[in-house]
Amino acid sequence: MAAAAAVRSSMGLTLTLSRVIPGCGTCHLYRLNSCVGGLAGASRTGQLHRFGTLTRHLHSTTGLNHSEEGSSNAEDPEDVVNVVYIDRSGQRIPVKAKVGDNVLYLAHRHGIELEGACEASLACSTCHVYVSSDHFNKLPEPDEREDDMLDMAPMLQENSRLGCQIILTPELEGIELTLPTVTRNFYVDGHVPKPH
Amino acid sequence: MNAHKIVCKSHLLKLLWTSGRSDRIKRLHGVCGRAPFSSCSPKVCIVGAGPAGFYTAQHLIKSRQDVEVDIYERLPVPFGLVRFGVAPDHPEVKNVINTFTQTAQHSRCSFYGNVNVGTDVSVKELQQAYHAVVLSYGAEGNRRMGVPGEDLAGVHAAKDFVGWYNGLPDNRKLHPDLSCETAVILGQGNVALDVARILLSPMDMLKKTDITQPALDLLAESRIRRVLIVGRRGPMQIACTIKEVREMVNLPDTRPEMVAADFKGIAEAVKEVPRPRKRLTELLLKTALDVPTEKEQEKRSKASRVWGFRFFRSPVEVLPAPDLSRAAAIRLAVNRLEGSGEGASAVPTGEVEDVPCGLVISSIGYKSLPIDPLLPFDSRKAIVPNTMGRVQKTAGVYCSGWLKTGPTGVIGTTMNNSFDTARALLEDMDSGALDVSSAKPGSQGVTPLLEKRGVKPVEFSDWEKIDNEEIKRGVAMGKPREKLLSVDEMLHVART
Repeated sequence: MAAAAAVRSSMGLTLTLSRVIPGCGTCHLYRLNSCVGGLAGASRTGQLHRFGTLTRHLHSTTGLNHSEEGSSNAEDPEDVVNVVYIDRSGQRIPVKAKVGDNVLYLAHRHGIELEGACEASLACSTCHVYVSSDHFNKLPEPDEREDDMLDMAPMLQENSRLGCQIILTPELEGIELTLPTVTRNFYVDGHVPKPH
Repeated sequence: MNAHKIVCKSHLLKLLWTSGRSDRIKRLHGVCGRAPFSSCSPKVCIVGAGPAGFYTAQHLIKSRQDVEVDIYERLPVPFGLVRFGVAPDHPEVKNVINTFTQTAQHSRCSFYGNVNVGTDVSVKELQQAYHAVVLSYGAEGNRRMGVPGEDLAGVHAAKDFVGWYNGLPDNRKLHPDLSCETAVILGQGNVALDVARILLSPMDMLKKTDITQPALDLLAESRIRRVLIVGRRGPMQIACTIKEVREMVNLPDTRPEMVAADFKGIAEAVKEVPRPRKRLTELLLKTALDVPTEKEQEKRSKASRVWGFRFFRSPVEVLPAPDLSRAAAIRLAVNRLEGSGEGASAVPTGEVEDVPCGLVISSIGYKSLPIDPLLPFDSRKAIVPNTMGRVQKTAGVYCSGWLKTGPTGVIGTTMNNSFDTARALLEDMDSGALDVSSAKPGSQGVTPLLEKRGVKPVEFSDWEKIDNEEIKRGVAMGKPREKLLSVDEMLHVART
């Protein structure tokens, strides 16, 4: 999407003008809570019950070349999984990923606007994606808790999954993940109120 | 610090040509201590620092590199219902606070807590200081049942009960009486289920959460052993979601008690409905009608506490004890269903039923309140009338969250809702429908007014002091945090 691309290029510009990492709100690393600026700090020590949250300490420069954690420059071809994200405007964004990558955090590393409000703990449905039909059946069955959260996602389809629960394997080569468009028409009169 | 902002070229040229060198240096450092070019940037003010406010801010800041956003909040602490509404035993839902924190710490975002829009500063004054105002202050009022006896001791709005155990300053003196055996909750949404679960949870689960200590102490002495969750319509119209029902079914030391007759015809009707309704109804059917497994049967026989849904019942009166001092029972009208599915309606049959109870919690909906008489407000729907988040007949004013669509939806719903409002605002900036060409003072136009009125805003770094203090106190109690319970205490820590 144009906004995401603008964010990526403006970050390059801002890095040459300022000493410190500016505008953390636009930085994909903050979403990983991997920013060494200490933002992943004391205010989060209170979270005792987090399931499946990835906490990694990452020492790297911010994102012009999207270096992944633990990867060397010489990529092992057997490790590579090619993924395509299709964003809300329909734009196709090909991404070279690795076996073991988490689809939600992979999206964040590439500036794709997939929210993960509960940070992969199966307590929301904001990372809802549609999975290409060729690959949908290759995914392991969803946990009952994932199905419970998917039930709350708008525009649920047969091929809906939560991005934070998809871990890339070699069989998922070529997988395409489409972000649902929550259309403006969602809120016209007659809209059935959602539970809360 | 703001050197990375997009430079307004014409402004820069004007400065270079018209200023002498020393003047220019003075101007470069700004009249108010900020870079001079910031007066060119569009300035947006958001009223309310809950999920709606933060998600609107996030989208605006991410989409345009020049937008500056100020978030005003009545309380000294941010996060709204994420802090005061989400149940203490749902900490993962609160992870979203990390995202909001990143937004608040962004260089183009500022938080002003302890500022009551409507009394400390008017919406008109905000419109003068900012290019756009977004109302995201949610729903702090309550839908009343409208029945006799509603104001007896022992009757509480779920909003107040939840506020009490979650440390909302206005509710800290609630002191609910938990000495009766049966509690009746009117309403079957997720808030009703949260209340039931908190009333029946074992202490060793609750004491590890951020529930307030006074609430924990009172619940430890509670004699409530039975909670009925009552709805006007049937099992297929229930408003809660499957996760919360599962939590009740799995709650240790409890057993379910349903009325089998309430489920007549449901097993057939469930076959044709969409997946979310289907899965939820199947769970209800299983819980109400299936023969339990051996393990489940053992749990049920040993359970000391009971919970159940009651369907087709509407409150008509809260009956007092003989000395008229408090609630002793609730009179419920018996309904039948007309129509089916989400649109079915409850029609009274004329029959009534009295249920003895000592605690009545009405959980039939929150309600937004008007904060400024000059703004349009739809008192029937209790929302600010709007089209796609643009407030009707009021240029430059927008709304997001529950104030925009009514008080339903989870955080994810509010997120989409807020992104939509932000998109409308950005569209208006791009098209010129919202004029951002002339400079506006932003907070520089508001803080002098507040100072004159004796109002001292709480900045985000001040909230971080409160946050750290709460976490510190929590460590001593074996909890994630021990919340400060009064505005005075919050301000005291903020100012230290």
